[in-house]
Amino acid sequence: MANMRVALFITCFNDTLFPETGRATVGVLERLGHEVVFPEAQTCCGQMHFNTGYQREAIPLVRRFVEIFEPYDAVVAPSGSCVGMVRDLYPMAADLAEDDDLARRIEDLAPKVFELSEFLVKRLGVTDVGAYYPHRVTYHPTCHSLRMLKVGEAPLELLRNVRGMDLVELGEAEQCCGFGGTFAVKNAETSAAMLGDKIRRVLDTEAEVCAAGDNSCLMHIGGGLRRLQAGVDTVHLAEILHSTEER
Amino acid sequence: MTPKTKPPDAFSPGQTPTFEVSARESLRDAQLRRNLGKATQTIRRKRTVAVEEMPDWEELREAGRALKERTLRHLDKYLLQLEESVTRAGGVVHWARDADEANRIIAGIAREKGAEEVVKVKSIATDETKLNEHLEAQGIHAFETDLAELIIQLAGENSSHILVPAIHKNRAEIRELFLRELDVEELSDEPKDLTNAARLYLRKKFLGAKVGISGANFAVAETGTVSVVESEGNGRMCTTLPPVLVTLMGIEKIIPAWRDFEIFMQLLPRSSTAERMNPYTSFWTGVSGEAGDGPQEFHLVLLDNGRTDVLADEIGRQTLNCIRCSACLNVCPVYERTGGHAYNSVYPGPIGAILTPQLVGIGKPGSDSLPYASSLCGACYQVCPVKINIPEVLVHLRGKVVRHKQDKGTLRQKLDPENAAMQAMARTFSDPKLYERAQRLARVGQLPFARGGRITSLPGRLAGWTAVRDLKPIPEQSFREWWKEERG
Ligand code: SF4
Repeated sequence: MANMRVALFITCFNDTLFPETGRATVGVLERLGHEVVFPEAQTCCGQMHFNTGYQREAIPLVRRFVEIFEPYDAVVAPSGSCVGMVRDLYPMAADLAEDDDLARRIEDLAPKVFELSEFLVKRLGVTDVGAYYPHRVTYHPTCHSLRMLKVGEAPLELLRNVRGMDLVELGEAEQCCGFGGTFAVKNAETSAAMLGDKIRRVLDTEAEVCAAGDNSCLMHIGGGLRRLQAGVDTVHLAEILHSTEER
Repeated sequence: MTPKTKPPDAFSPGQTPTFEVSARESLRDAQLRRNLGKATQTIRRKRTVAVEEMPDWEELREAGRALKERTLRHLDKYLLQLEESVTRAGGVVHWARDADEANRIIAGIAREKGAEEVVKVKSIATDETKLNEHLEAQGIHAFETDLAELIIQLAGENSSHILVPAIHKNRAEIRELFLRELDVEELSDEPKDLTNAARLYLRKKFLGAKVGISGANFAVAETGTVSVVESEGNGRMCTTLPPVLVTLMGIEKIIPAWRDFEIFMQLLPRSSTAERMNPYTSFWTGVSGEAGDGPQEFHLVLLDNGRTDVLADEIGRQTLNCIRCSACLNVCPVYERTGGHAYNSVYPGPIGAILTPQLVGIGKPGSDSLPYASSLCGACYQVCPVKINIPEVLVHLRGKVVRHKQDKGTLRQKLDPENAAMQAMARTFSDPKLYERAQRLARVGQLPFARGGRITSLPGRLAGWTAVRDLKPIPEQSFREWWKEERG
């Protein structure tokens, strides 16, 4: 695959809370020979507003996103759920705004927006990024990557090619961890009950690291693990893929 | 048996608690959690097997969705055709705008026949209209004949699952209930013995009842045939033994032609009970007439009760595709933890979370909380045999709930701190300058809460997060700051 110019959609969440994931995403893409650009005007895709019901408030954010990212051939984000917002829910936002022009532009843009693992595997056809990560790792397939984006096996294919790594299967892996955005606060008790079961499955694997493609779910799972002093880390997929023998 | 009143739900007059509040209680019940976890995991696993052996499952789902959507587009035409077909076959069709009208029609028929007792086969539509309570008030007692419905009727509880209304109860609990309520001396907790006790009790009721009441899974516009799909055979008895049969059916249950069963009879049993075929499927067309076997009088009550409003909503209308298989409940991680009662609705789980608020109308705190009873994980959409995009409808309804509060809510709702916070954040995200400043402020603002690299307690609404989770402190440098430094 010829080298590409890729726009990084960092997501406001990673920008603020998990900059290391952004740096790793840039690192992996550049190591594969692609040029990464970071449109600095970007802020938030509007997912939290939209999914919580503040949809009129999300419309200006949708417009901004489209304006900022439509000039690029490929947009990549280290987050399944923000990409899911753009691909699955932006059309609904355009409908709500009763803006046909916006709807058309979204239709053009949406297929060019990728979650990192699907970009690597499905768009670039790469499954071995030359990573080295000498740890016992279990992988939680986040719901939006799995069911909205249908990334399927892509993240696992990448992980299986990481050298030095002991990848262990997570039981009931496809069950939601209970994050769900504002759900974790609005229905905190139910979210906690789901988290409890997820943590039990993670601990069953005896892994040192629980990985996923979405830091929001990882913040939730990791927050629970830390509260329990469980001694299990949570690490974003991008950081594992970025890790090499040299560093 | 002494009549017991069920607790109120979203379809009762007055207010019901929100999902958050009711869920809290269910989540603490260890026995309930275990009963539900076991039951849903078992049925989930079985469903996967039953579905995976079908090479054309996805095509079937698509056919089911397309057929339902086409039917709903021409609902007016098909309903009139159904009325004509049923009338031709000797039945009587009644139109009920709402629950009250439906109940009055049915009670009127029972009174006219001098019935003091009626037998019922499980019908969620009659739970929706509160028919039993309405009949009881007129001195007519309705006996539920579905085993699980009987159990919850005896216990004075609400159903907690569409298909297995007593899923929250285990064998030991049922044994105790039967010993108390059914006049039996000795009883083990073996399913066989429990069923037998119920059978003996119900047999008398079947033979004595003058009126049987049923719901319907499908009604064929072309022929006027009504169908009930079930597992126990009690439905067959309800629809054949009493001389008068009354069926209450939501208007969306209609299918155009007899051959359309081909699709649904494959989709429904596999999705609901994970069977290739369900044990009993009854079809009847009008009255039995000369043959004498079956009802001499048949009434079909067509219920709207909010359905035409659902139909008017472009995104919401797919909700009416539902064939009540309950697959979405069985895979729902929220339902699995809270059970059905937390929804305070005769329709619990994912389908309840989208159907109930639409049927009763936006603007009621209890049912308005239901679209939020989901992490939007999408497991429901993946299994739904008629491809209802439940997460999409959930998000759509959340939008309606918020817009209703903002535009028509009380002053207090308008001044809601969540609303204020969301407005402020939306403004911040609209301008990179404001956004970058907010990032810096948050970093400073968190300082009082960060201890030893962790945030373990937060005030106000965010306390829900830190009750069970630490929060990672905001790092020194944002990604964009790094980018500017390194690449800018
Ligand atoms: S919404 Fe779909 S999965 Fe749920 S009960 Fe209805 S048909 Fe079944």
